[in-house]
Amino acid sequence: MGLKEPLQRFGHSMTERILRLGFAARFFAYMLLHSGTALRRFHLTIREIYFAGVLSLIIILVSGLFVGMVLALQGYETLQRYGSSEALGILVALSLVRELGPVVAGLLFASRAGSAITAEIGLMKATEQIAAMEMMAVDPIARVVAPRFWAGVISMPLLAVLFSAMGIFGGYLVGVQLIGVDEGAFWSQMQAKVDFRNDILNGVIKSVVFGIAVTWIAVFEGYDAQPTAEGVSSATTRTVVTSSLAILALDFVLTALMFTGGNAG
Amino acid sequence: MPQPPIVDIDRVSFGYDVARPVLHDVTVRMPQGKVFAIMGQSGCGKTTLLRIIGGALRPTSGTARVLGMDVASLDTGELYALRRKMGMLFQFGALFTDLSVYDNVAFPLHEHTDLPAGVIRDLVLLKLEAVGLRGAAQLRPSELSGGMARRVALARAIALDPKLIMYDEPFTALDPISLGVVTRLIRRLNDSLGATSIVVTHDVAETLPFVDHVFFMADGRVVAEGLPAEVVRAQVPFVTQFVHGSLDGAVPFHFPAPAYPVDLGLEAKV
Repeated sequence: MGLKEPLQRFGHSMTERILRLGFAARFFAYMLLHSGTALRRFHLTIREIYFAGVLSLIIILVSGLFVGMVLALQGYETLQRYGSSEALGILVALSLVRELGPVVAGLLFASRAGSAITAEIGLMKATEQIAAMEMMAVDPIARVVAPRFWAGVISMPLLAVLFSAMGIFGGYLVGVQLIGVDEGAFWSQMQAKVDFRNDILNGVIKSVVFGIAVTWIAVFEGYDAQPTAEGVSSATTRTVVTSSLAILALDFVLTALMFTGGNAG
Repeated sequence: MPQPPIVDIDRVSFGYDVARPVLHDVTVRMPQGKVFAIMGQSGCGKTTLLRIIGGALRPTSGTARVLGMDVASLDTGELYALRRKMGMLFQFGALFTDLSVYDNVAFPLHEHTDLPAGVIRDLVLLKLEAVGLRGAAQLRPSELSGGMARRVALARAIALDPKLIMYDEPFTALDPISLGVVTRLIRRLNDSLGATSIVVTHDVAETLPFVDHVFFMADGRVVAEGLPAEVVRAQVPFVTQFVHGSLDGAVPFHFPAPAYPVDLGLEAKV
């Protein structure tokens, strides 16, 4: 008897989550089917690339630089114990292009751009702009949501690549210029050991998947937000939390698929 | 031969859930060319009725025909085609905050027509001139007062020369000058476009003088309708209380509760 109520609550909560997941999946399918406007009138998507991508550049570049610098410091400490400090370039590059670039850039993108997308769509809903658009016979999913989604999907891999590039530059600054690792060894080993398909392309694929996940979550949470200040605030928080967890979980799955077995570079 | 009404709501009931119906058996007919008011307290179902007319909600029972179409039977494409003949002014304007005044008014023209940029410009300036805000074309919505935002939204609502214009609480939080401007614009634009207008409001003093026909709603039902002067004279208890803002009457001052002495513990519960 004592267990009945908590079980009921648990069951109800699970049913709600599954329903919401189903609704999010339908929303995703509808958005893909109604992406014609976003692709045909590409200036709508370009405008959103500016807001989601270009305005995220500062945080991505600065974070990339510092992550690369820290990687070089930590990596050098470990590598020199084994007399392999010239392998610093490989360590920095592989860490960034395979893992840290896509993952950290994805987490930063979720915090910076994902939350902004959710808040913007949620506020448009709260101020009846979405309803006004529907009354003007304009589909808000095609006109508002899809351009933001595609902007996120396009921006994310570009940001991840820039993050990695900046990180490698940070690693070079600390490793070569500050610590004194041989410059030729730093770059030549990196060139020799970093494989385009296995390392760089897989990293880009990861970032595309993260871009899809983060932007899908962001637009859905915004569109599904309660049209109140509290509702928009909760939706924004949910975007950051869910996106971050999704990135970490997807990263594990993708890493397992890409870099295990004989596939490792 | 009389023309069919632009809006023909026939015995429509609606509820967000079965336990709490919002509209009961509402019948409303609105012929072309007039300005109608739907009045009543907050929560009486007037905005719900407007949303049914706009096709945002589907009746639980009864039929809602708008511009000759049964809105409940339309698919999304047909509904959007119908909505191109409608304009709607939301309570606070609902202007797109990332667009200028000009771009807000141009929005429906860009979305639904292939007109050259020059023609769109002329049309936008024409609509803005009609609401007296041609000079504000380059301002952002955040730079407008409440009354100006309402007027821009009105210009946007009439951008495609609609046959039916709906106003959801258009007088909320307006100063007396803006209020006078908006009421005159509603009347003037309706007459110049040959449209039909529906104003959902609870502002008695501002609305009754300029509308042609009024529907009073209470508890999801139409309790009185007719020419404004006649309805007010008819002494329907709710209308009398509503028009005069009386403290007590058809709508009691006190929310239903047990007897006061019982709640105070001075008398035992029966």
